[in-house]
Amino acid sequence: MDWGNILGQSITQGLGVLAVIYALAAIGLNVHFGYTGLLNFGQAGFLAVAAYGLAVTIVVLELPLFVGVVIGLLAAVALALLLGIPTLRLRADYLAIVTIAAAEIIRLLVRSVTLRDIFGGSDGINAFANEFFSYSPFSAGLELGPVRLSQNDLWVVVVGWTLVALSCLLVWLLMRSPWGRVIKAIREDEDAVRSLGKNVYFYKMQALIIGGVLGSLGGFIFAVGFQSVQPDSYATDLTFFAYAVLILGGAGRVMGPVLGAVVFWFLLVFIDGTLAQLVQNGTITFIRTDQVGQVRYWILGLSLMLLMIYRPQGILGDKKELALDAR
Amino acid sequence: MPDDDAAALEQADIAEERAQFAHTTIAGELLGRRKAVEALADVPHEPGVPKPDPILVADGIVRRFGGLVAVDVAHAEIQRGSITALVGPNGAGKTTFFNLLTGFDQPNEGKWSFNGIELKGKAAYKVARLGMVRTFQLTKALSRMKVIDNMALGAKDQKGEHFWAAVIPGIWRRQEQSIEAKADGLLARFKLDTKREDFAGSLSGGQRKLLEMARALMSDPDMVMLDEPMAGVNPALTQSLLGHIMDLREQGMTVLFVEHDMDVVRSISDWVIVMGQGKVIAEGPPDAVMSNPAVIDAYLGAHHDKALTDTGESLSFTEPE
Repeated sequence: MDWGNILGQSITQGLGVLAVIYALAAIGLNVHFGYTGLLNFGQAGFLAVAAYGLAVTIVVLELPLFVGVVIGLLAAVALALLLGIPTLRLRADYLAIVTIAAAEIIRLLVRSVTLRDIFGGSDGINAFANEFFSYSPFSAGLELGPVRLSQNDLWVVVVGWTLVALSCLLVWLLMRSPWGRVIKAIREDEDAVRSLGKNVYFYKMQALIIGGVLGSLGGFIFAVGFQSVQPDSYATDLTFFAYAVLILGGAGRVMGPVLGAVVFWFLLVFIDGTLAQLVQNGTITFIRTDQVGQVRYWILGLSLMLLMIYRPQGILGDKKELALDAR
Repeated sequence: MPDDDAAALEQADIAEERAQFAHTTIAGELLGRRKAVEALADVPHEPGVPKPDPILVADGIVRRFGGLVAVDVAHAEIQRGSITALVGPNGAGKTTFFNLLTGFDQPNEGKWSFNGIELKGKAAYKVARLGMVRTFQLTKALSRMKVIDNMALGAKDQKGEHFWAAVIPGIWRRQEQSIEAKADGLLARFKLDTKREDFAGSLSGGQRKLLEMARALMSDPDMVMLDEPMAGVNPALTQSLLGHIMDLREQGMTVLFVEHDMDVVRSISDWVIVMGQGKVIAEGPPDAVMSNPAVIDAYLGAHHDKALTDTGESLSFTEPE
């Protein structure tokens, strides 16, 4: 067993591009679900509009990176308004239904043959991140013990974790303010908040936009980190993994989604590496190497179930708080 | 805007007036109560009767749920500075009427005004901002928030509740301190000061009722609407809750409350409005209303000659003894 190699890869992934993407997506979901109580099942849609906004601006419109970022952010705000205006006046479950459908509509739209000239169909749009990498101050990759990052990945990861840090700072500042107090109160009981003279609809809309914009940052990192946008990267499993990350780390805690993302990707790669080696050296005989990829999700799912049973508040959550009578 | 100035002046006047007679008693008698009783002394005891100084006037309010007419109030007025009880049998439309007045539901027909301002079509949060705050039959304590945060939420016009200002603590910190000081004062008055840092969800049912009432007072309302303030409160707390409600009147606020307990109604209210099948069927001071044959028929049933607290259920409990 080459534990050094397994651990090295696990740590690299735990701090890598995917962890950054899921951390940002989950930070956005934390504002929606953890603080405001909005059930957004379409977070993938926010990442998709940002990533495609960026890629289309650069490749099709041939405009600079910075314009692409602005267009991506505007697209995320527009999506939040589009989803929120009809549904935020209704009961919470309607938002869940509408968001999951909207995210799928976006994915199928950018995947469609009709719009192939703009969005590139199922192949997506590739190789548009040269400008992004031209800003990189790094001339070589990173080799720090078992952690290995290529020159490009290092730049993506540095930008990514900076965005994560800034997002956490924003969420922390917001949630300790009176604005955050109203937001958390809406999660508890929106009629009570209404009876105290607060415009609940307006606050929920603000929360939906902020969470969507924070998630869209993950979309930008996704696009430049892989130098490609593909419609099927933004399927519903992206949203559900982001929820898993959030609940694992602890919803309603500033650092919950960040810790959740790191642990999630560390564990996924760790289980994968360990299983693969055990199969290769003949310790495990009942599965083949090409089945490891599926089995690791079973084990991860099982671990999440156990977490929900024995620590439903997540790693950072407060069990006493969760146990309170929600009425 | 000149309207705002006028409103601000009026607010200042009200505050001054409140300060003048807050907690003052003459020979042990509550001044607010005397004022209310005197004002209502010459008002005839009939449904929909006009009051000398109404704070709330409702006209032709109809609310239908499909074929069912839940509320059909031709006319109702609430005297400023009084405690008015809204009573009636289950399903009489009391809570629906409450929801309509406070903007939590919209009627099919009718109009109503508060302090002379038309409320038709106004959202619930706007009604609350105008100075009419309510509590709920099922208490809505914000469980996973601290008691002090529950209180601070009630304060009006908070700078830090605007998104961009929220990010810069310098903008709202001072106001926050004064809000907390005010909240601490109210918590002490409601004997919840020892619970300040506890989660609201850890309070008992009665304490939650107190917290909800205290939270409503954070906005300095002109009128407080209490939906069954005594429901689920243990008898030891009832007296203290009653005291707090009477105290609101002494501070110049108007109280409208829904209640089933006739002893409570009799002991604190200046005026009683009885609803039955969505309509106002009787009005008057508590004693007059309770001997009104229409009320006895609709509400008290066959046991009207017994003590008023002995409803059918409690009688059947005591019979075997």
